[in-house]
Amino acid sequence: MSNKMHIKLNVNGKDEEFLAEPRELLIYTLRERLNITGPHIGCETSHCGACTVTIDGKSVKACTMFAVQASGKSVTTIEGIGGPDALHPLQEAFKEHHGLQCGYCTPGMITRATKLLEEIPNPTEEEIRFGMAGNICRCTGYQNIVKSIQAAATEMSAAKEAAE
Amino acid sequence: MIPAAFEYHRPQDMDGVLAVLQEHGDDARVMAGGHSLIPMMKLRMADVPHLIDLQDVGGMSDIEVGTDTIRIGAMVTQADIIDHAALAGAAPILREAALQIADPQVRYMGTVGGNVANGDPGNDMPGLMQCLDATFTLVGSDGARAVKARDFYEAAYMTAREDDEVLTAVTIPLPSGGYAYEKQKRKIGDYATAAAAVQITKNGDTCTSVAIAMTNLSDTPIYSEAAGAALIGTTLDDAALKASVAAMLDDIDPADDNRGPIAFKKHVAGVILRRAIERAWSRA
Ligand SMILES: Cc1cc2nc3c(=O)[nH]c(=O)nc-3n(C[C@H](O)[C@H](O)[C@H](O)COP(=O)(O)OP(=O)(O)OC[C@H]3O[C@@H](n4cnc5c(N)ncnc54)[C@H](O)[C@@H]3O)c2cc1C
Ligand code: FES
Ligand code: FES
Repeated sequence: MSNKMHIKLNVNGKDEEFLAEPRELLIYTLRERLNITGPHIGCETSHCGACTVTIDGKSVKACTMFAVQASGKSVTTIEGIGGPDALHPLQEAFKEHHGLQCGYCTPGMITRATKLLEEIPNPTEEEIRFGMAGNICRCTGYQNIVKSIQAAATEMSAAKEAAE
Repeated sequence: MIPAAFEYHRPQDMDGVLAVLQEHGDDARVMAGGHSLIPMMKLRMADVPHLIDLQDVGGMSDIEVGTDTIRIGAMVTQADIIDHAALAGAAPILREAALQIADPQVRYMGTVGGNVANGDPGNDMPGLMQCLDATFTLVGSDGARAVKARDFYEAAYMTAREDDEVLTAVTIPLPSGGYAYEKQKRKIGDYATAAAAVQITKNGDTCTSVAIAMTNLSDTPIYSEAAGAALIGTTLDDAALKASVAAMLDDIDPADDNRGPIAFKKHVAGVILRRAIERAWSRA
């Protein structure tokens, strides 16, 4: 019944164009069509945040948006935040402070945390816990995730001051 | 979880939206943030052959704080409400409630229009809007009409909105006095086990006006006039609070579900309302 639609996305700085059914969820576009497998599928029901990406400055659960809805927009995934050769301070801090165990939630956690630190550069523990409430972790008990984000915030603020 | 196939429409203006609604009748549905609708489509509990994405329509994303009223466009998100300083000054209960809805990701997407039009008894804004005596603007092919939030909800997912109407704005008389939005939930991000919205004014030590609405305790939000009447003219002594809670319990009709049995829901409703009244009073 439904016609394929012409969809244009900019993902991590790269333009992508393809034909897809409107019912294709963005998370499948990223993982299966574009082979960008950083964003994970944890629950598929909008609860866990493992699929979090950034779209036009908002943290979005990519399992709860159709690719066609994002057409014309810019999408950033964990791959666009940093990689093995140049880790983002948040990635570095998660590594240093044991912010992950199995790592399943980590791409979503870090992607969400980049946005949180943009909005609140030096968050309190409470602000971190509240601002990260859309991301569930089954392993860490969150303590070290909070520590990692605090450490990255300190690091990023110091780097910003040094640059000014 | 893949929804059934559908046609996607992204009209650029309201005429375009109304044209698709006219053509396809109840086979068409508008989508705002999609954070209630997409989960329902994925579960195949909502069948939407024609999906109309409102994101490009325009003119529904403003918050206007006037001298007598506040007007909130239907596409204003929960995150927008939290960030709007003038709104937080004029009607702080909106921010207090929005902060208790869902989680950050959902609040960037979820809209006021979607939340009040959805008709899910679990949504927080319908009760909030009943407490604030808001009016909803509905636009259809015959023009615009206004419906009071207190008259809008008929049953779960049944509202006064016709299938071919779009809810474009919510208008609220500027509230005065103390306020509280109190919500009990199983975990952060959850819908309410029970929630209460209270707006209250006093003169000296006497309560002069109060509006009370309850969420997720019936198949619609419950504006409890009787719970308010039990407080007016009192000093909010223990007897008045007990009478108010008893009146509210008479008005609600909770269901036994995964948030607990009926007796528990009633117990929580009473605790939550009492807390909300006391907090609102302390701010009045
Ligand atoms: C994990 C999770 C937790 C949540 N927790 C809460 C919570 O605690 N409290 C709460 O209140 N909500 C909660 N929500 C729901 C969330 O706030 C929704 O986003 C909101 O209820 C609907 O807004 P929307 O813009 O996403 O609407 P959509 O999903 O786009 O639409 C919902 C319904 O309203 C209709 N609609 C939308 N806009 C209009 C309009 N302008 N005119 C006419 N009809 C319209 C649609 O056709 C659809 O039937 C949660 C959602 C998720 C995914
Ligand atoms: S996979 Fe999207 S929120 Fe869990
Ligand atoms: S590290 Fe395993 S789920 Fe978070």
